Amino acid sequence: MEAAAEPGNLAGIRHIILVLSGKGGVGKSTISTELALALRHAGKKVGILDVDLCGPSIPRMFGAQGRAVHQCDRGWAPVFLDREQSISLMSVGFLLEKPDEAVVWRGPKKNALIKQFVSDVAWGELDYLVVDTPPGTSDEHMATIEALRPYQPLGALVVTTPQAVSVGDVRRELTFCRKTGVRVMGVVENMSGFTCPHCTVSPGGCRGTEAAPDRWGPWVALGSLPSPRSAPASSPGAAGRSWPGSPGCPS
Amino acid sequence: MEEVPHDCPGADSAQAGRGASCQGCPNQRLCASGAGATPDPAIEEIKEKMKTVKHKILVLSGKGGVGKSTFSAHLAHGLAEDENTQIALLDIDICGPSIPKIMGLEGEQVHQSGSGWSPVYVEDNLGVMSVGFLLSSPDDAVIWRGPKKNGMIKQFLRDVDWGEVDYLIVDTPPGTSDEHLSVVQYLAAARIDGAVIITTPQEVSLQDVRKEINFCRKVKLPIIGVVENMSGFICPKCKKESQIFPPTTGGAELMCQDLEVPLLGRVPLDPLIGKNCDKGQSFFIDAPDSPATLAYRSIIQRIQEFCDLRQSEEENLINS
Repeated sequence: MEAAAEPGNLAGIRHIILVLSGKGGVGKSTISTELALALRHAGKKVGILDVDLCGPSIPRMFGAQGRAVHQCDRGWAPVFLDREQSISLMSVGFLLEKPDEAVVWRGPKKNALIKQFVSDVAWGELDYLVVDTPPGTSDEHMATIEALRPYQPLGALVVTTPQAVSVGDVRRELTFCRKTGVRVMGVVENMSGFTCPHCTVSPGGCRGTEAAPDRWGPWVALGSLPSPRSAPASSPGAAGRSWPGSPGCPS
Repeated sequence: MEEVPHDCPGADSAQAGRGASCQGCPNQRLCASGAGATPDPAIEEIKEKMKTVKHKILVLSGKGGVGKSTFSAHLAHGLAEDENTQIALLDIDICGPSIPKIMGLEGEQVHQSGSGWSPVYVEDNLGVMSVGFLLSSPDDAVIWRGPKKNGMIKQFLRDVDWGEVDYLIVDTPPGTSDEHLSVVQYLAAARIDGAVIITTPQEVSLQDVRKEINFCRKVKLPIIGVVENMSGFICPKCKKESQIFPPTTGGAELMCQDLEVPLLGRVPLDPLIGKNCDKGQSFFIDAPDSPATLAYRSIIQRIQEFCDLRQSEEENLINS
């Protein structure tokens, strides 16, 4: 019989935030990373749980590829980025023997690992746990929400880009949140625009998000992409640029 | 507790339920009883159905948001420009079906006839199927676990009345999971020509795409080649190129060299692509001279050549 999740491993976490999107490639992992770095900058202790089992991006975002996960007496020790343990990470990326190894699992096996990630990682005392998710509304999302429910997550940030295909998936994700009882803290529109570094023209882009209804909650539009000269967060080990805290996050 | 995750051996393998990696899996008892060992009769049914489909192409990527659906749609549009070629576009992204929007078919519904489900036709020679056509509202979320998604994919392959088709293009969600395993499994007897794998230049995409390439090799799916999308941005005003997603680790070109797969081409980022997708129109009509259009056309031609070569190799094999 499966034992109930020990209260110990998540009991020391003050706030849990999910980063969701129906759509892939909108910047969930990037936003999760930037959010964690911004919270650390504000003096908080942050953990990131990466439940994208097929495409785990979090290790590379922090330049932590190749780090190993060790066991401790309370379970799995997360990967700490620094001596102060101000940022800790857990991802299936740390469990793969080779970085190019594909995790070719069906739903039940994914669900089992996610349950372990939630119950068996010894996070210790954290101000925030940011949960980075894969795109969609399927096994990983349901398993994560069911496993986290006893710990009352603060809510979800839903990430989109301006294109209508992204907004279409956001609508579905918001329905998912409603049906699973997850509070939506707000929607983040990423890649809102681009300024050509040569002539500083901002060519018009898609405007799918302009029709977003108020019932979607607070809306944060992240401005133009950085100039190509500055390293985007998706480059290995890039220090996070300063990012205003989401209006939904308590201070 | 597992230290390192091992692959599920597969419900139909001899090790099902018995392997070391089965410990802790909720389906362990079911698999160990041998329930998964009987081949699914749908595989033969789908093989029969696919006899009228000449070429089957999967569009894959480990990474989300790289342009799989955009590419699938434009591959379909490009091939369908020849009125004598019959094209079918199947969207198996159950949770995030983008194809209806990109093809300008939002709000369309699927009809049933005596011979199965009818695809929705964009042109006389271009039919489309997606779970999006089965939803009654754009807000409807498909919150399904793996087995239910697999059932839908089975129905799409077995019950849609495609008719005589020259090219069936299958657009997939990101990842290497249920949908991908199912489509490969169900089409196993029907022979897939190959997979086109989409990436963007940056390492965070390439690392997922390498996994996808390994997935294809694991399931013995031929790889037609890789397309590097959003490869450079040409400013519509000054025409100068900048890199929005810098290929800091050599981009798709180096990855393809390392893994010995063909690079079919690079498609630059043209803001008109996104705009046309939003409107549900073919980008080729709006921007026939864009470098992106030219890149697409060259890639489509290489895909056709690959399929023709495979077909003549098979015919030679049969006749020899």
